[in-house]
Amino acid sequence: MSPGALRSGSFTGLLALLALLAAPVGLVAQGDGESMGLTPQTPTSEYDPELERQTSRLAAQLRCPVCQGLSVEDSPTELALQMRDVVREQLAAGRSPEEVKAYFVAKYGEWILLEPEPRGFNLVVYVLPWLAVLAGIGVIALVVRRWTAAGGGEEETREEAMPGEAALAAPSEDATR
Amino acid sequence: MSWRRAFVAVLVLLPVIGLLAFGMTRDPRVIPSPLPGRAAPDFALDVMPLEATPLDRADSATTIRLADLRGNVVVLNFWASWCLACRDEHAPLSQVAREYRDQPVRFYGVVYNDSQENAKRWIRQMGGQSYPAVLDPGARTAIEYGLYGVPETFFIAPDGTVSRKVTGPVTAAVLREEIGKLLQAEAGREVPAGSDDR
Repeated sequence: MSPGALRSGSFTGLLALLALLAAPVGLVAQGDGESMGLTPQTPTSEYDPELERQTSRLAAQLRCPVCQGLSVEDSPTELALQMRDVVREQLAAGRSPEEVKAYFVAKYGEWILLEPEPRGFNLVVYVLPWLAVLAGIGVIALVVRRWTAAGGGEEETREEAMPGEAALAAPSEDATR
Repeated sequence: MSWRRAFVAVLVLLPVIGLLAFGMTRDPRVIPSPLPGRAAPDFALDVMPLEATPLDRADSATTIRLADLRGNVVVLNFWASWCLACRDEHAPLSQVAREYRDQPVRFYGVVYNDSQENAKRWIRQMGGQSYPAVLDPGARTAIEYGLYGVPETFFIAPDGTVSRKVTGPVTAAVLREEIGKLLQAEAGREVPAGSDDR
């Protein structure tokens, strides 16, 4: 690859790289919120495995207000334990998971959910990463086409102009590309 | 690099820079609460007795219910002895509480995730509190108010709606401003029709 092609292609290449790097960040943010760590058991007088499972599942969808990167299920803080108690109580009282989530959203706001409701402006979080991936692929396709076109043209001119140095030019071109 | 490329670069970068600049004007730690404007969640909390008696009698406990406080401005402050920032707001809270003692204003300090022993010791060390401390076992009331840290202070209007939430240590100026505003609004509402209060 000649220095000229490197300069003109590198900026668009950089844009493509940035777009591709940004996309996975968005995809990770979309994560399903399932906890993967150890879950400390809260002792209950009557251990109900089904209730505990429902509580864990719901708690894994709530953000711990203290350690905001953790779910209520994963967080060891006292407030998280207390929130799990509230979840368990409400589920045991017959509320649906949706109603329990709505309770916390009414108290804390939508940020209490680890996964924002796919509605309204929140859709941007879900759609934008895919758009970024598509844009990145598009830019890369464009750039690769331009690189290969420029490289092919220059090889021809070199071979014509300086046949003696063609042997030297060709290996270095392949190496840079 | 051609001018056209430079122009495209600027066009692409401007919205990104604009978005980042806008982000710099916002504090990521301040989370808007959905409570202001809505009815304040009811509570029934026991007053923490401050006398260090070996046996705290059950009948001496008083329960504070928000429903009983209608008509008063209520300042609900959540605090804990392990909370460093709570020390900064202790003096302003006690001072302003004293200033409004003869008016329909009530201050309550909700002890958040702390032992009674530590809370009592903290109050003693800080030179006393001019308003009651109330206990919130299991942090149920804290969760009802969407608490995510201490200190947090809620201003409740005489009609029972949350008028403002302050995250972090509250200052005397903010206390006086908000209480004054709520008292004025209430006085304005109570003026009988036909009279002129302006």
